[in-house]
Amino acid sequence: MSDEAKELNKAPQPATAPAAPAVDPNAPLPPRHQLIVSSSPHFHTHSTVDSIMRWVLIALAPACLAAIYFFGFGAVRVLAICVVACLVFEFLSAKAMDRSNELKDGSAAVTGLLLGMNLPSNTPWWICVIGCFMAIVVGKMIYGGLGCNPFNPALIGRVALLIAFPVVMTTWPMPRIPASLAKPAEQVMPVASATPQHKGEQVSVMPVTTSTPLKFSKLARTELTGDKVLENSTIPIQKGEVSYWQLFLGIGKGGSLGETCGLALLIGVLILIYLNIVRWQIPVCYLGTVVIITGIAWLANPSAYASPLFHLLTGGLLLGAFFMATDMVTTPLSRLGAIWFGVGCGVLTACIRLWGSYPEGVSFSILIMNAFTPMIDRYTAGTPFGMPKKKGIKMPK
Amino acid sequence: MHKIFHFYGGVHPKESKVSSGVAIVDAPLYPLYTVPLSMHIGAPAKSLVAVGDTVLRGQQIGEPASFVSSTIHSPTSGKVKSIGTCLGPAGTQLPCVVIEADGQDTPADPLTPITDWRNTDPAILRARVAAAGIVGMGGASFPTPVKLSIPPGKTIDTLIINGVECEPCLTADHRLMLENPKMILEGVEMVANMLGVQNVFIGIENNKPDAIEVLTKEATAYTAPAIHVVPLKVRYPQGAEKQLIYAITKRQVPSGGLPADVHCVVQNIGSSCAIAEAVILGKPLYERVTTVTGTPLVAPGNWRFRVGTPYAEAIKLAGGLKEGAQIAKLISGGPMMGMTVYSQSVPVMKNTSGILLMGPDEVKQYTSKACLRCGRCNDVCPMQLMPGILSVQIENERFDDAQSWHVMDCIECGCCAYTCPAGRPLVQHMRRAKSEVGAKLRAQKAAADAAAKAKAEAAAKAAGAEAPKADK
Repeated sequence: MSDEAKELNKAPQPATAPAAPAVDPNAPLPPRHQLIVSSSPHFHTHSTVDSIMRWVLIALAPACLAAIYFFGFGAVRVLAICVVACLVFEFLSAKAMDRSNELKDGSAAVTGLLLGMNLPSNTPWWICVIGCFMAIVVGKMIYGGLGCNPFNPALIGRVALLIAFPVVMTTWPMPRIPASLAKPAEQVMPVASATPQHKGEQVSVMPVTTSTPLKFSKLARTELTGDKVLENSTIPIQKGEVSYWQLFLGIGKGGSLGETCGLALLIGVLILIYLNIVRWQIPVCYLGTVVIITGIAWLANPSAYASPLFHLLTGGLLLGAFFMATDMVTTPLSRLGAIWFGVGCGVLTACIRLWGSYPEGVSFSILIMNAFTPMIDRYTAGTPFGMPKKKGIKMPK
Repeated sequence: MHKIFHFYGGVHPKESKVSSGVAIVDAPLYPLYTVPLSMHIGAPAKSLVAVGDTVLRGQQIGEPASFVSSTIHSPTSGKVKSIGTCLGPAGTQLPCVVIEADGQDTPADPLTPITDWRNTDPAILRARVAAAGIVGMGGASFPTPVKLSIPPGKTIDTLIINGVECEPCLTADHRLMLENPKMILEGVEMVANMLGVQNVFIGIENNKPDAIEVLTKEATAYTAPAIHVVPLKVRYPQGAEKQLIYAITKRQVPSGGLPADVHCVVQNIGSSCAIAEAVILGKPLYERVTTVTGTPLVAPGNWRFRVGTPYAEAIKLAGGLKEGAQIAKLISGGPMMGMTVYSQSVPVMKNTSGILLMGPDEVKQYTSKACLRCGRCNDVCPMQLMPGILSVQIENERFDDAQSWHVMDCIECGCCAYTCPAGRPLVQHMRRAKSEVGAKLRAQKAAADAAAKAKAEAAAKAAGAEAPKADK
């Protein structure tokens, strides 16, 4: 470099401005080493991982409040245990793996909350903790933490518990029914516990172990046949005891904490769709597929199969379709991929519900579709601009 | 025209075009100009002067060193102080000529003005464009004469003038369109005549309604060929060549191809103006309109700078820094594709459309986290690539995979990194893969060429050995 050029590089040169009409021409300019050099772009949206997780927590709030309303202190207890246990496990895993912990990004809290929402309100604390261990450590951290897990961590936790403690996981305390809607005891729907001998026992309003309406439909189908179903139906909806509207609001419906109030879940997911955190294609295709398949079955044999609306409003379908199947990390990248993912989840859920041995298929179907995500990504990769139209990316040899 | 044209994907960053109402002012003379000999894509120009030589304003001081190169002219009169290297905006050292101004600003004999250019042979006009050292002034600085010489076998039917200025903060082209519409339109007609095209469009983003109005009004005087002003949706990167062609003509430039493959040529507003000035006034390209803007500045605005003006002078011209303000980033160009420089001695070049300052509160430094797979990069990529997947492949140095997922089609517009919530440096990843894959492809091509050459030589040898036999 020439001397002159070197001299020039010693910016600034305050004495060399002959005609600068500056307000303050000699304002201190930083020496060159203070300037940041980085790759473009230099603008950025304000969206970060932390803000996304914060919004998911906010979107889950209505459903959590509904759970607390319906199940009281039990709900608070389970949700709190799960959130705290997930944060602790995340912290410990990060320590053990010698990584900087990312507790403040809120993803562990989201996992904890989602797992808690998938548990009954009377779950013993130690089962909650085991679920959190499975979710955070086995479901997420061993793969490398947030963004690297192939399966939805909260669902890993839930399915682990469902297989290990089936009875605990499928008997639910009866939710509280608002006084204005409460009926005299003899009119309250006959409620069966998970064990058949208690079926038909008349119960009153407050906490008694019960089963989700979905379980009734399966019991009804397996134990009764033909038109007896309608007569002795344990499906409350078919006896006209619970309206679809009440199911949607979560009144008189047993279930996990977060499953009960469809309205609260819907409010939450609409917030996320508006913020582009959830791609609407997944819940719409998921629910649409379930409605179509169960609708065909129902039309073919209404006495043996529940109506599509009943399927939609019971069990964990809304919770799953709105908050579990839409988890960014474990779902396809493209919008076309999201459509296929939603349809796949819907087909699997409907099949498990109609013909499987489990009453509920949401968790399994989402986990199975999670495994298909890389393949869906490959086959739905768009045609880049200026390329002849063709589908997907060829497999490397 | 009421239809609003647009393309796939893209983002809409905060526009921040604060200097759009500030008229262009000629920058004063400075004592020292550092004129890089490489203000264009291609070979650096060859210096025609020696230390101690006296030069005049507009005098040629550098000649093109190859086909893809350009001519360089002195920005003012004075003495050549030294010939060496200086820091360029990309952080590399560029060969340069340092000129000490004598303050007289004596003009050299201008190139002969061609007033009757409508009846002049296009070849002469093209030669003038080359002699005036015109390059694309939008940023890429591709030598205009090369762009105007259409390769054999290609036909051009459409000329698109890029007045989009989709980069936030920049207003230089906007002001030029408002203040010099006649010269721009003359230049547009010249280029259209040189190319012999009938379809001429000027694309302007909808956030510049005054520029659209002025140019539409002025363009009514032009009928052979008619010049259409096309309002475009405000969406970055609307001004990217391929996106602009698609928005206006719905033609897709094929992957790895050039606009000529879809019968289009795209010219920048500033270049059109410079072409008209070179032909009608005989004025070579030694000054350009540049926006100096940014929140730390007292008075952002648009100035006509001579090439070689150091950024430090531009910053002073814009009133210096506000009380207590600091510069964290000094950017050559706009915020989406501009390059950060680490010294204020970097000179204004032919492609410096803006000098942008960012304060410490505006500059966020992100820790790159693992990809969340939110898919936003996928939604905004105007080339319809999958930046999320690509960046993971590139992080793991799987460049072959990245190639089969079309990383070479990336235009580095920055939409993906702009939108990434995990703060991943996606554009940096793409650039890395493009250089790796590009090097591999060049090596393969070189090997294939060498093999073909060896085969041809062997065939020639065999033919040569047989030839004498045939003679017998």
